[in-house]
Amino acid sequence: METIVSIKPLLAVLVSLMVVPILASSRAPNVREAWTFVAAGVKFLIVLSMLPIILKGTEIVYTIAEFVPGAAIQFRVDAFGMLFALVSSSLWIVTTAYSIGYMRALKEHSQTRYFVFFAVALSATVGVAFSANLLTMYLFYEMLSFATYPLVTHHQDKEARSSGRKYLLYIVGTSIGLVLPAMLICYNLTGTLEFGKQGFMAGAGASKGLIGLLMVMLVFGFAKAAIMPFHSWLPAAMVAPTPVSALLHAVAVVKVGVFSVVRVITCVFGTNLLLSLDLGTIIVFAASVTILVGSFIALSQDGLKRMLAFSTIAQLSYVVLGVGLLSPKGMTGGMVHIAMHAFGKITLFFCAGAIFVATGKKNMSDMVGIGRRMPITMTAFFIGALSIIGMPPCGGFISKWYLVLGALQAHQIPVLVVLLFSSLLNAAYFMPFVYRAFFCKPEEAMFEDTIKEAPPFCVVPLVVTAIISIILLFYPQPFVRLASMMVQSITGA
Amino acid sequence: MADIVSTVVANYNYWIYITLMMIGLYAIIAKNNLVKKIVGMNIFQTAIILFYVSIGVKKGATIPILEHAHGGHGYGVVHAAEYANPLPHVLMLTAIVVGVATLGVALALAIRVYNEYNTLEEDEILAQIREE
Amino acid sequence: MSSQYPALIVAVPLLAGLLVFIAGWVNKKWCFPIAVAALGISAYSSIGLLFRVINEGVIVYKMGGWDPPMGIAYYVDHLNGLVLVVVSVVAFLNAIASKRSIEDEFPDNIGAFYSLYVLMVTGLLGIVVTGDAFNLYVLLEIAALTGYGLIAMGGGRGPLSALNYLYMGTIGACFYLLGIGYLYIMTGSLNMVDIARILPDLYQSKAVMAAFIICMVGVWIKMAFFPLHAWLPNAYTYAPSASSSLVAPLVTKVMIYVMIRLILTVFTPEFSFNILAVSQPIVWLAVIAIVMGALLALKERNLKKMLTYIIVAEVGYMVGGAWLGNRVGMTGAILHIVNDALMTLCVFMAVGNIVYKVKGADFEDLQGLFRKMPFTMGAFVVGAMSMIGVPPTCGFFSKWYLISGAIQAGHYGFMVALVFSSLVNVVLFFRIFEICYYEPFSDDHGHGDEHGHHPEPAMDEAPVTMLVPLFVIAVILVLVGLYTGDIVNQIIDVAIPKGLV
Repeated sequence: METIVSIKPLLAVLVSLMVVPILASSRAPNVREAWTFVAAGVKFLIVLSMLPIILKGTEIVYTIAEFVPGAAIQFRVDAFGMLFALVSSSLWIVTTAYSIGYMRALKEHSQTRYFVFFAVALSATVGVAFSANLLTMYLFYEMLSFATYPLVTHHQDKEARSSGRKYLLYIVGTSIGLVLPAMLICYNLTGTLEFGKQGFMAGAGASKGLIGLLMVMLVFGFAKAAIMPFHSWLPAAMVAPTPVSALLHAVAVVKVGVFSVVRVITCVFGTNLLLSLDLGTIIVFAASVTILVGSFIALSQDGLKRMLAFSTIAQLSYVVLGVGLLSPKGMTGGMVHIAMHAFGKITLFFCAGAIFVATGKKNMSDMVGIGRRMPITMTAFFIGALSIIGMPPCGGFISKWYLVLGALQAHQIPVLVVLLFSSLLNAAYFMPFVYRAFFCKPEEAMFEDTIKEAPPFCVVPLVVTAIISIILLFYPQPFVRLASMMVQSITGA
Repeated sequence: MADIVSTVVANYNYWIYITLMMIGLYAIIAKNNLVKKIVGMNIFQTAIILFYVSIGVKKGATIPILEHAHGGHGYGVVHAAEYANPLPHVLMLTAIVVGVATLGVALALAIRVYNEYNTLEEDEILAQIREE
Repeated sequence: MSSQYPALIVAVPLLAGLLVFIAGWVNKKWCFPIAVAALGISAYSSIGLLFRVINEGVIVYKMGGWDPPMGIAYYVDHLNGLVLVVVSVVAFLNAIASKRSIEDEFPDNIGAFYSLYVLMVTGLLGIVVTGDAFNLYVLLEIAALTGYGLIAMGGGRGPLSALNYLYMGTIGACFYLLGIGYLYIMTGSLNMVDIARILPDLYQSKAVMAAFIICMVGVWIKMAFFPLHAWLPNAYTYAPSASSSLVAPLVTKVMIYVMIRLILTVFTPEFSFNILAVSQPIVWLAVIAIVMGALLALKERNLKKMLTYIIVAEVGYMVGGAWLGNRVGMTGAILHIVNDALMTLCVFMAVGNIVYKVKGADFEDLQGLFRKMPFTMGAFVVGAMSMIGVPPTCGFFSKWYLISGAIQAGHYGFMVALVFSSLVNVVLFFRIFEICYYEPFSDDHGHGDEHGHHPEPAMDEAPVTMLVPLFVIAVILVLVGLYTGDIVNQIIDVAIPKGLV
């Protein structure tokens, strides 16, 4: 594998941190938001400028400081990291636009703080994407946990406090309580934390029991992935303003979680090791349970955002499931699903927020007939829902297709059943709502028959992400390409 | 039995210092009056000083001033066994100074405490603190 | 000039201590500049010294030109070179930061305060730099006596707490002296290097073992190692801010240094860990110290007192790390001396700022502080992150070494205790953050037009002279974290004898 040394990964991480002082000091909202846009744009461009290099099969490396051999604060951009960085940096631009519309329309307080921590969170996200080893990943993972805390608890009321507690308890409790010791045990076994394509634990010669224990600690320890039983912070975090929820679910937090889990499976332990010890089954089992239980709970929810939250819990486990299958197609599907789900889910959250901005409604039972009042928003919602269910003409179809192929490739018929059944469940919790929004009887409709959308800053972003979701079906490159590059380098095929 | 007795008797200086130490420690822990505690602390320190002084002593030795130092024979050969070891004694000069300083600071603090609570009895002070 | 650094480090503040006291009578305005200048020279010299040690190796300085073992020699190697820098820099920064609060809290006693302050730093620096076991006792008492004075200056419960500290401190110092007495009986020397040279033949002697244990107990009392910690929380809580932010970061850490010096130099790791064979129980004691420190901190409703119990837990980190009996654990303990001193300074300085403005550190006083004092709280967050052990702040890296050491030694109890204490620290600090961030709750937190009508207290930040040192220390926390590799490779690794693997 060819590598080049470049400062670009560091720049991509730092660019949003660098605007923080400007954001914090400026009193004029317009200046502040303009700077956020500049930072988001520059970040995206830096990430984009690395894309051709990565697609050529080269990796970019940059070391900040090495404190013990094998554990440095170091960046390494590979195909999988690139995939995730592309998703998150591009969606930051959209989310920024949406945030402006949402926060201004609701006259939220402390908007400066909001934009500052948003920027820090994005730095951390890209940092995770570009991490070269477990230590660096842990560093940015923790940074993200603490940077998102003020965002989740933005309302600063009692409800926010109790949700914030839950959030920290799960996220920080697991990362310090499980990941930190597991990481150190790994380091003391192998003398390195450097991600390897075959996994750095492969040559450790540890017993199956120890490897299994470490894997469980690491996979569940990255609780942002919301694998059950460490999932309930996610619905609690729904007290946050909607753009934050969108960020949490689509861009940063949960995706950082699954990204970390995938990294652990592929680059810490390696597929060969897990296959030979037959440990993938544990992951597949946990993920399958999460998918089914999450979907069932989503079915019973009335709060739109809560329903989306449980949907996310289920969808995240698709990624974990795909990679846990340890078959090339399955892993490709899992990785691609990070991108596909991101665009679909962010659309859904944007819609939920837009409805809230325009009508102040949070529950689906209060939204009957909303489609006539907000047709653009609800159309976008429909597209997003299709993408999550995995139906054409949306990008979600691609990843689900790969996942099904992966299950076949791994000869895991039960997984196939789980996948198909959960798609049904997805349809079951999305479609009645969409149907009643558009096709309810006139006397049932809760809204006047005039079109009144949310402000343009809210609507344009959700239209953009909905359109991208559709485009992704026809041009799933470069995500599929990046994912299969990564899988190739893992399996050597 | 005789062995133990003779060992104990031969090392009587250790037994004295340990006894003194324990008396001091007891006073610090058990006494209720702050000044009594301070006295106990001082006894504790003095025990250590006694220990040091006693280890410098040798049987039949004299004070460590060289005989004939200024005589016609020059410095001559010094037989260490003839002199008590001066070093522990010198050290204890310093330790005594430290002890006095500690005592001074302790008494000064006790006065401050008295001004604050109008008593030096620990239980009364604690009762006042609890009432606050 | 630079060859006199070891003497200057101690002599300059010693003289300044007297000068400041005289200046206090003449004109109070001179006290601060003299004290800061002296501490500055100390800090500068110690940094210079550390770099000389890194380049040239151990420096021996004979006081007045007398050869050891008759004269007193100052040995500066990598270990105390590092601790010297920490002590002098912490003292220097705190002196600058606390100017306003000193003027505020006891305007009449400025001369006395700075005199005690500088003398205490002299004592601490002396403890670190000296190579003579008895000299160490004297300096120990200098640092302690001035410390009692500094703590008692606060009034209120200060004098009583100082008095209790004095009893314990004196007992601790006496124990140390007693242990040294036994060593003197056995070796006839008080020079550390000399003792170390003579001792190996006497390792089986019961008297030497007793001497070691007695010294250790003395040092443990002085560092507040659980269950000998009872004096610490009150003494540090009721001290005035300027004193507590000097005493809290340094005293316990310097005593840890003394313990490590005894283990590594006076005795050898071979004796301490193998012949004595008490490592296991001591590490378990450290585990108890960590857990109890964390639990006791949980029940406190005063920020300053809570932090003092965290110090008790942190002492457990370092004692445990040092006694794991392997190189990594020892590295962690030494690194944590540096890191813990810096992060304790950071949080105590922040508390100093809060007390200066809000006049209290009870939990109820902290409401709305993120609005009132955003800069102070920002630095406080950095310090708290370091105490929790979040990378890239330095606290993470020493925890890394400590946990690694525990794993290598197979002592999983210690590992669990460290992780547990990190988790408790999360709870402790986020409880503070919650109060500062959410409270006072607004009556109405509905959405719509009413939204955002939080009772927003106006910004009321501490003066710049208090903020700048605080920021400096917060930045240092991150920088030390990032340069951990260099500190460990170039300093700590050299400081630990080759025999310890």
